[in-house]
Amino acid sequence: MDYHLNFTLVWRHFGRLSWGLLTSLELALLAILVGTVLGLALALVHVSGPRWARLLVTAYVEAVRNIPLLLLVYLVFYGIPSVVRVDYTATTSFVVTLSLYAAAYLVEVFRAGLLAVGHGLQDAGRAIGLTAWQRLLYVRLPVMIRIVLPSLSNTFVSLFKDTSVASVLAVPELTYGAQWINFNTFRIVEVYLVVTPVYVVTGYAILFLLRRVERQLALR
Amino acid sequence: MRALEAVWASVPSLLRGLGVTLEVAGLVVVLGLVLGLLLGMALAYGPRLIAWPVRAMVDVIRGIPMLVLIFFVYYVLPATGIDLGSFATAVTALTLFSASQVAEIARGALGSVHRGQVEAGRATGLRFPQVLVWVVAPQAVRRFLPPWLNSVTDTVKGSALVSLVGIVDLMQSIQQVIGRTYEPMPLYITGALIYFAINYTLSSGSRALEARFSHVRD
Repeated sequence: MDYHLNFTLVWRHFGRLSWGLLTSLELALLAILVGTVLGLALALVHVSGPRWARLLVTAYVEAVRNIPLLLLVYLVFYGIPSVVRVDYTATTSFVVTLSLYAAAYLVEVFRAGLLAVGHGLQDAGRAIGLTAWQRLLYVRLPVMIRIVLPSLSNTFVSLFKDTSVASVLAVPELTYGAQWINFNTFRIVEVYLVVTPVYVVTGYAILFLLRRVERQLALR
Repeated sequence: MRALEAVWASVPSLLRGLGVTLEVAGLVVVLGLVLGLLLGMALAYGPRLIAWPVRAMVDVIRGIPMLVLIFFVYYVLPATGIDLGSFATAVTALTLFSASQVAEIARGALGSVHRGQVEAGRATGLRFPQVLVWVVAPQAVRRFLPPWLNSVTDTVKGSALVSLVGIVDLMQSIQQVIGRTYEPMPLYITGALIYFAINYTLSSGSRALEARFSHVRD
């Protein structure tokens, strides 16, 4: 082995990596926020909407889940502006894509959660005179959230990992930071020896924190 | 009309790309299955000295984004003197990922068969490999197949990322055709339909198997 490791240049540009990591986390956070709202709405439509709406939701979920994220990212950033007059930055376009992607996965999570809320609870809500909206707000959603939290945490971590795809649009997140250092200093090996553990450690740190939140919220 | 012509003229390029995608995915699925089953057995039955390092390896690999894993293998492996060329490198990276997924699925499936059955098999005089083949495998397979087919769709989807290390797979041939024709939308939609057809078939198969096995009680 003739290669000599030299981390000096990686540390000199470390700012790109730390800001990159923050950007990655922001992208994941935005995507999960939008994805949760959209996913929950679509899950409610799927559980209690009319048949045609249910079919539309299924079509959306199947389409997104069976197409590579990379292709979706290209399609939204390069494809859509070529046929419709829209103008968005790479970051916005990626957040939109990842949110739509997240929503498709979260629909399934929320749908399973809503179906897991016992009929007895809903009947009890009806018996004490709650309207359909009140039953949703005070009975079904609070119970469902606790059921789906573990899946939600896993989805969040996997979205954090998926943000690395944003580097293909030159969004300055962690993987792009690595590529920048790679192309400008040629310390290729060193930069990936640093960045790869950063992803692993951050991912598990997020999971650890979210598991604590789950325990806090668990029904006793 | 121009868009349709662009798609029509690109068919040979796309077919060549699709061939490469299927080749990469096929290799990864087979290698990942073999390696993953071995790792899964180590997780389920191995002594701690083997199970713990395997667990650490599987968890670390599952914690790395697939794109970063591909770059890692692509850039770091040659520096250690192992130069496989980009195709083998990409297959290696995807195989590591797939094997980790398969290991986790296999561990779960093997664990779903009660330990007492292994002991009972041993007590009737079967050797451990025989117990594995005749007692455990027939029961574990119905817990293994549905999630495994889903992991195959992950491999097919993940294989699009090899386009970023210079392999002309379906994704990259779409990009190349767009570079020539400036017709992004029709080509992305064509590509999406091809990926969808492959993955939807696989995931429907997974659901069908799950339904078929669901009546079996443990």
